[in-house]
Amino acid sequence: MKTLNIIASAYRATVEEQDDPIVWICHAMKGAGAQVDVLLRGNAVNYAVRGQSAKGLAFGGWTQTQPPHLEHDIASLCNKGVAVHVMVDDVARRGLTGVPMVDGVRMVPGDALPALLAGYDRVWHW
Amino acid sequence: MTGKTTLTFALMDAPFESARSTTALRLLDIAAARGFDISVFAYEGAVMQTFALQRPHANTVHGRSAEEENHFLPKDAIAALFDAAKRHGGSLDWVNCGLCVDERGAGEAIAGVRRGTPADFWKMAEASHNTLVIPTRD
Amino acid sequence: MTNYLLIESRDGIDARDSGGFCCELATVLSRRGDRVAVFAVQNGVLSLRAGAHAPGLTKLMFAGVSVQADLFSLRERGIPVDGLAHGVVPSELGTVIDCLADGWRVIWH
Repeated sequence: MKTLNIIASAYRATVEEQDDPIVWICHAMKGAGAQVDVLLRGNAVNYAVRGQSAKGLAFGGWTQTQPPHLEHDIASLCNKGVAVHVMVDDVARRGLTGVPMVDGVRMVPGDALPALLAGYDRVWHW
Repeated sequence: MTGKTTLTFALMDAPFESARSTTALRLLDIAAARGFDISVFAYEGAVMQTFALQRPHANTVHGRSAEEENHFLPKDAIAALFDAAKRHGGSLDWVNCGLCVDERGAGEAIAGVRRGTPADFWKMAEASHNTLVIPTRD
Repeated sequence: MTNYLLIESRDGIDARDSGGFCCELATVLSRRGDRVAVFAVQNGVLSLRAGAHAPGLTKLMFAGVSVQADLFSLRERGIPVDGLAHGVVPSELGTVIDCLADGWRVIWH
C-alpha cells in the first residue's frame, strides 16, 4: 500500500540521532520494500534547503564525527525513487522562495494537498 | 481485509514527557477492551515506555509515601494492557525499535515486548485494518 | 469521497488567523467533498471553550466539518460540556477507535 509520510517537526533530535528519525525510517522502510513517499511541511521544508551543515560539534574531548547530513538524506530519498514533496506555502512563510533546494524535490501548493493525499492508500503524519 | 479488527499504532514519545503518551495508552485500552488485535511499534523515546526498571517513589511535597503515592508507571499500564487484550479475546504485540533500544540502554523491557525494526512496523501496518501514527513534537 | 478524522492535540489559540494546519487541511478536504471530522484532545480542547480565540473554528463550521472534543480532556481542564463553543460536540475517545476500525484516514496533529 502506497503511503505518504508527512514530516512537520524539524531538527528535533537530529544532532543526537545523527539523522532525522523520520527521514531515516523512510529510508529503512524503502529498503525493506515499502512504497513510501514523503511530504515536508512546516519547519521540515527546511530539510530541502541546500547548504545545511551540522559539522564541528565537540563536547570537551568528544567530537562528533558523523553529524546529520539532512540535505544528503533528502537527496538520497529522491535518488531511491521516493517522491519528496515540499509545501510551497510553508516555503514562502519561511522566506525560502528562490533559495536553492535539493534537486528532485517536488513543490506542492497548498490547494493541491487534498489531491496529493487522495493519491495514497495511507497518510501518516509524523 | 476480513476477520477480527487489527490496528497498528506507532508511538514516539518517552514516558513522562507528553500528554500524547497518556492518550496513546487510553486508545490502546479502548482497543483492547473491544477485543481487537493490536500492534504497537515503539520508536525513539517510546521504547522507554516498557522499560522494566521504572520505579515508583514517594511524594514528600504531598506527604505521601511511595506506597501511598502509587505512582503511575507506564510499564505497569502496558503490562495490564497485555492482560486486557488477552482477556477480551484479542492480542497486543508490542515491538520496540531495536536501534532505539540500544542507544537508550533500554534493553530491559517487561515481559511480552519484543525487539524489531522498521520493516516490522511496515509488516504490521500492511497486516492491519488501519494504522495511527502518534508523532512526537519539538 | 474519503473519510478523514483529524486529531488536534495542540491548542490553536496562538495560531495565525487560519487556525493552523489541522484547520486548514480540514477545510480544504471538506471543500473537495471529503467527509471530515476534527477530534480535539489534550490541549487541543482549550480553544474550544466558548469565548476562546479560535480563528479556525468558525471556518471549520462553515466548511461543514464536525468538531468533537474529548470528554476526559475537557474535564481535565475544567471545561464544562455546556461551556463549549457552539457546535462543538463532546465525545468519548472511543470515537477515534471507531473511525480507525471503520477505515477512516486518521491523522494526528
